[in-house]
Amino acid sequence: MNKQFFTENRVVYRAVVAAGDPWMYEVKAGQYFRIVDLEGNQAVDTLFYNAQDHSERYSATDTIREQGNIYLTTGSVLQSNLINPMLTIVDDTCGRHDTIGGACSAESNTVRYAIEKRSMHSCRDSFLTALGKCSCNHDKPMTKADLSSNINFFMNVPVSPDGHLDFDDGISAPGRYVEMQAHMDVLVLVSNCPQLNNPCNGYNPTPVEMIIWQ
Amino acid sequence: MSDFPKPKPSFIWSEILPGGAHWSGVIRRGTVLRLTDLEGNANVAMLINNLEVKNERYNMPDTLKAQKTAFLTAPNMCFSDMGRVMCSIIADTCGWHDTLGGLSNASLVQKKYGIKTYQQAHNDYFKNAYDSLLNELGKWGLNASDVVPNINWFSKVRIEDSGQMTFVPNHSQAGSTVDLRFEMDCIVCLSTVQHPLDPNIYYAPKPVELSVSKANPVLADDPCRKHRAENERAYYNTKTYYGENPNE
Ligand SMILES: [Zn+2]
Ligand SMILES: [Zn+2]
Repeated sequence: MNKQFFTENRVVYRAVVAAGDPWMYEVKAGQYFRIVDLEGNQAVDTLFYNAQDHSERYSATDTIREQGNIYLTTGSVLQSNLINPMLTIVDDTCGRHDTIGGACSAESNTVRYAIEKRSMHSCRDSFLTALGKCSCNHDKPMTKADLSSNINFFMNVPVSPDGHLDFDDGISAPGRYVEMQAHMDVLVLVSNCPQLNNPCNGYNPTPVEMIIWQ
Repeated sequence: MSDFPKPKPSFIWSEILPGGAHWSGVIRRGTVLRLTDLEGNANVAMLINNLEVKNERYNMPDTLKAQKTAFLTAPNMCFSDMGRVMCSIIADTCGWHDTLGGLSNASLVQKKYGIKTYQQAHNDYFKNAYDSLLNELGKWGLNASDVVPNINWFSKVRIEDSGQMTFVPNHSQAGSTVDLRFEMDCIVCLSTVQHPLDPNIYYAPKPVELSVSKANPVLADDPCRKHRAENERAYYNTKTYYGENPNE
């Protein structure tokens, strides 16, 4: 992959996604997609679908197994459930990103924190809100069954050799970014995580910036 | 035949699943599915869906996050994506079951072992876990979107501090068992193809025994429920789903 250097005149799309909001956009094959953690320690829950056929989508287990490592960073190839490369991470000023921690939901919040937390906002609710309004899958609706494994950009979920797993403080900081290049037209579905109950975003959801350039 | 061992009164049925096979069936709430690794080094890839609301399914991230673990053993519970308990690991002589390595697929099996077709080998042809599970899911109206991160019973994948994944060979001994008490009526889909990270250069999938018996009542001091406050809350959600008093 021949990496091009980012310049403003190559930007084709730019938007700030507010804390807690969903965002959906199609990145074309060959384009670069950069996510900027504007204020630091934000968790950006992200799903990828083949824009032509949504039954092909990002797969966490295939991605980590094919690269033999559970963390994502520069050089990681994001694989689909059909083991096709969807995107490659070409630049990363954060260091590593999580893909085994999943997305928060109203229901999992009742388990992890308290039954009364059900009514709090969650990533799955953001995903479903975006999917419910889109015509992205032509005449076929997308539902919860289409919410498969996701990436949590900027999130830190360390696993130890004895099998202990934890949610730690973020390792990101204001202005850090991750950038990937698409190998196919990909539909990107993001929930800029609204979680107020764990340290992954410092208990303080903040905005992120999306930049697409070519 | 008088010295033939009598099955326990709770016994319901059992079946031997050969290596490389696939299987699916309904495992009811209140029964225990025992998996036995008959020869050692078995791998059983499993997907679990709720029988009634089929898009409720085993969720690897929620299971691991809630219990702060990267692998499964007793007294872990397997959580669904709806904040409920699908099954509880009430006994385990193996000690570590993988839930990160995923499934083998056609290209991986061909790369590793070559090609052996039905025409050459009849039922000993090379199968892969992804196609095997798609086959079983289809019988219940499920599809590729239900192929989510699965459990690989009897396999161990260690994670180094660097994040590197290492398959640990010779992990499960002949006779290893794991007992899963189902807390919901579930569709269970299985494949006994080798783990995708198994470094064995030969296609040598191992047989397992499935055995179902009636579970003892789940008491308030059940070790799986008591394991963590998260487990008790997920069990609470399961009780309310079935219209039962959640505080019993
Ligand atoms: Zn998240
Ligand atoms: Zn979230």
